Amino acid sequence: MRLMAVRTSARLRRGLSTLDALLPVLSVAAALGVWELVSRTGLISERDLPAMSTCVRALWHLLETGTFWHELLLTVRGWALGLAVATVLAVPIGIVLGSSDLAGRAFRVPIEFLRPIPSAALIPLLFLTLGTNLKSEIFLAAFGAFWPLLVQTMYGVRDLDPVALDTARSFGLGPVERLYRITLPSTVPYIATGLRISSTVSLILAFTAELFMGIPGLGQAVNVAGAFGLTDQLYALALATGFLGVAIHIVSKAVERRALRWHPSQRRAAA
Amino acid sequence: MLEIRHLGKTYGSGERATRAVGDVDLTVTEGELVCVVGPSGCGKTTLLKCIGGLLRPTSGEVVLRGRRVTDPPEEMALVFQDYSRSLMPWTSVRNNVLLPLRHKKLARAERSRLVEEALDAVGLTRFIDHYPWQLSGGMQQRVAIARALAYQPSILLMDEPFASVDAQTRGDLEDLVLSVRERFGVTIVFVTHDIDESVYLADRIAVLTHAPTEVKELIAVDLPSPRDQIATKELPDFARLRAHVYRLIKRERPAAGDLADEEALAATRAET
Amino acid sequence: MSGRAWRVTKIGAEIAVPLAILLAWQLWTASAHQARFPRPTTIAVEFQKLWLFSQFDEHVVPSLERIGAGFAIAVVAGIALGIPLGLSRRAHRVAMPHIEYWRAMPPPALLPISVILEHSIANRQKIAFIAFFCIFPVLLNTIDGIRGIDPTLLETARSYGVPRRARIRRIVLPAAFPQIVAGMRNSLALAVIMMVLSEYFSSTSGVGYVLLISKNTFQLVPMWAAIVLIGVLGYVLNLLFLLVERRVLAWHRGWRAALPD
Repeated sequence: MRLMAVRTSARLRRGLSTLDALLPVLSVAAALGVWELVSRTGLISERDLPAMSTCVRALWHLLETGTFWHELLLTVRGWALGLAVATVLAVPIGIVLGSSDLAGRAFRVPIEFLRPIPSAALIPLLFLTLGTNLKSEIFLAAFGAFWPLLVQTMYGVRDLDPVALDTARSFGLGPVERLYRITLPSTVPYIATGLRISSTVSLILAFTAELFMGIPGLGQAVNVAGAFGLTDQLYALALATGFLGVAIHIVSKAVERRALRWHPSQRRAAA
Repeated sequence: MLEIRHLGKTYGSGERATRAVGDVDLTVTEGELVCVVGPSGCGKTTLLKCIGGLLRPTSGEVVLRGRRVTDPPEEMALVFQDYSRSLMPWTSVRNNVLLPLRHKKLARAERSRLVEEALDAVGLTRFIDHYPWQLSGGMQQRVAIARALAYQPSILLMDEPFASVDAQTRGDLEDLVLSVRERFGVTIVFVTHDIDESVYLADRIAVLTHAPTEVKELIAVDLPSPRDQIATKELPDFARLRAHVYRLIKRERPAAGDLADEEALAATRAET
Repeated sequence: MSGRAWRVTKIGAEIAVPLAILLAWQLWTASAHQARFPRPTTIAVEFQKLWLFSQFDEHVVPSLERIGAGFAIAVVAGIALGIPLGLSRRAHRVAMPHIEYWRAMPPPALLPISVILEHSIANRQKIAFIAFFCIFPVLLNTIDGIRGIDPTLLETARSYGVPRRARIRRIVLPAAFPQIVAGMRNSLALAVIMMVLSEYFSSTSGVGYVLLISKNTFQLVPMWAAIVLIGVLGYVLNLLFLLVERRVLAWHRGWRAALPD
């Protein structure tokens, strides 16, 4: 019944009129047009908000330079390493804290206290300890990305069907085998959701570290462009950063969807 | 009072078109209780939504007291099957019954009188300040009926209202419908897929065909009033009518394109 | 182990472990004599000296004002925009590319631009920055919440001829409210982060500013006190929000518990 309803509504969706299909495109075009007008008519002075065409041209020039691509790669590297470190730490810790009631209770207060701390507050500390280098960037990104992953993993393990575990035990599966045959696979959807949330956080913090600490990457480029008053470049870089954010969001969403496909009933986010 | 003339409803257009309602003709007179029965998935819900002004028919028309129905008419109230989904879980039984009265031009005292009277009619006065989810399924459906009564409609449309309650409660609710009709003199169109229920309740039964649905036969039910769950159901006439309706429906073999109500669901989702 | 002993052990662990962590930190910092890692007790004394309450008015109040104003604007704007976008598929199609782009934008990328657009480093620029990024959790949750409303509920109201505005006020908003509240909580956490970022980038007052100045002048103890304050701020705001949420959404918990599955 349910399935049929979904299928028919999908069919209705495909039957969209041409206007509906074009709406997003028209809407983007309209927004770009408004931007151009606001600047050209001087509603906001062109020194503060360069015209859309100027910024797009600046972006185009940027894309032709090797420096831009190099900086982009550095930011992506910070994002990837931060997320990787966070995953390697958060998933095992989450499994331990999720499967043991005692451990979960023991670390509840420290976790509840550390989690809402804005990672940005750690920047000055990193200046003085790890220094202005890749290590700080990775630390900051990993620190921020750690929490959503940890919480999702714990939540996933706690939601595990006890019958499945008991069945496995009755078949004589040892603890290690239970871990990677039952616990891990059924926690994967939750971890995937955590990964999607954390991947956004990791990008933001890698960029933040670059911007505030002068670590090479897109963040530093934005800061320099701002400091030297290269307004059209600043806008072009911000635009590019937005597209990088969109790209990473799309990729992590696709990964999540793949992981959730085999178990859609488990689709629930704790964070 | 209610005339349905050559009503047809088709979802989509071109190759994707699905005909849910073919050509329905039906007249309901003042104070009558008409049951609409049909094989599952024949487009009963679609038909009812067209009558209620929630869906635009593709052809034909619905006329209520000489006025063509295009929007939900003010003198009509609808009770859905999913009581738990048609009640607001965030507020009290009182406020749920009050919902349709808020925009009517009534004095405050008159409003609460209507609410209390309606809840009294369904025997829920004690639960006026409860949340709906604190009540059992049958009680929740009574709240939905009370809400319809408080609205003071001259015609009540009920869409398989008792399909999801247990048999015992179902009998009680059927008797409630009959007593309410007696007390408020309201006209009722009652859609059901339960043949016993239709024979027990109705003055007339409209048996529908498969989608695209049409009225296959109109049956006058001449059982004595007041009806009684035990005595009425023991009458030979009851058994005869029941068997007759059953044969009519059984002869309707499932045809292709049997998704009429699912289509209706998807379409209303898309519209709202 | 008996059930009672087990419960006592768990409560004991919940109290003992945080204390043990603090104690270990204290012992380590006391023995290491690291200027960069002052003892927790030293930080606590400094925290009390700075924030309770000699510099409270000067730096904590402006930060709280910015969080409050930015958050309030974001909630109002997020719900106001979310209602039409949740109700109309067409409006949703128009707005979606913009929402998808801006929500994916790393907020600090707009910091220099926000400064250029508002020449003065006044309260307004920071509030606008906080509000802009806090809109998205509220907006997206409002849209989701409205799209998830049971159609039966809306059709019931429509069949009773409840006017459109009353339908929004009495059905749409309350039904979507639990999800809107979830979005608001995420927004509030975000507001604290945005406050720190914007003050750290450019300002003359606020907790983020204290953080920046004490770092630049190598005053390590005040810097730690500021970090702790930001942590406490995030924690307390979240806690207050949860308390309010419990009261406001009491019906929701009862309803969920009463659902068959």
